[in-house]
Amino acid sequence: MKIIIMGCGRVGAQLASLLDADGHQITVIDIDAHSFRRLPPSFGGTALVGDGTDEEMLKKAGITEADAFVAVTQGDNRNVMAAQIAKNIFNVPRVICRIYDPLRKDVYEALGLEAVSPTTVFAQLLRDKLLNE
Amino acid sequence: MGYHLCKALLKEGHEVLVLDKDATKCENFEDELGSVCVRGDGCEVATLAEAGASRAEVFIAATDGDEDNLVACQIAKYKFGVPRTIARVNDPKNEEIFRKLGIDCPISVTNLILEHIEEKIPSHPLIHLLTMGEEKMEIVEVKILDSSKSVGKSVKQLSLPVDSILALLIRNGLKPQVPTADTVLEANDRIVALTTTDSEETLKKKLVGS
Repeated sequence: MKIIIMGCGRVGAQLASLLDADGHQITVIDIDAHSFRRLPPSFGGTALVGDGTDEEMLKKAGITEADAFVAVTQGDNRNVMAAQIAKNIFNVPRVICRIYDPLRKDVYEALGLEAVSPTTVFAQLLRDKLLNE
Repeated sequence: MGYHLCKALLKEGHEVLVLDKDATKCENFEDELGSVCVRGDGCEVATLAEAGASRAEVFIAATDGDEDNLVACQIAKYKFGVPRTIARVNDPKNEEIFRKLGIDCPISVTNLILEHIEEKIPSHPLIHLLTMGEEKMEIVEVKILDSSKSVGKSVKQLSLPVDSILALLIRNGLKPQVPTADTVLEANDRIVALTTTDSEETLKKKLVGS
């Protein structure tokens, strides 16, 4: 699959490296070139410096041919905006974004955006860990 | 921007509530304008609920962050059913994107200033008089220059874009008239035309291009 990942933080870089190792064609976008230090030396994909909420930048990243788009920057709103551009303007078949705020995540899920809230997931995971041991 | 907007809207007799994350700004608001401020993030459902967003007739997001304005308006509209959302757009490219993503009225500050500058600089050959965003139509004023190839030609010879209509011709010393296919253009003619965003560039080229 051709996959674009917006945000090269710990999660973005890790995801990029996993998918790259699985043989997918990966493009990572981040506004700060320094973030790309997190990509492993073996990373065979493309790293682009730019704003993933900018249409021109997304075109440069090949969004018109992308099979999937993942938004995992630190900003909920940036992720939401980029994901909606990918989904509603470029019609990318699979779009997933991270939204830390659980209530905001619910609103956008109701609007048809596929979103994950690490806050909810991690809290549940901690609870299960505490109660099962 | 929020402060001046709030002040002006209050003066017009509207009921206004301001949301701001910054405690100091909120205090300033209260000191100057009375209890009009709720401290909180306008993108958060809880803040909007506290502010009574479901009773609002209009929601305006006027921060300097486009993504924040988009999300705040979308939550106001889709979660709280606010009938009219207005967003300040900082990057002009986002005006169209905001519209596609459901914002009722995206306002590009840059474009607004640009339109005013165009009006003030008479040498500019094409001035936007009115933009009708949803229909992608606009009314423009075009000034024919000495160097324009269209000088001495009739309207029908110019093969203008089909979706553009020349509505009015203003010529020095004459009454404004409606140009016909046989009207011959002269330098310094001013033409008011109806066109589309897509054809604007072609229209400009045909009328003023040298």
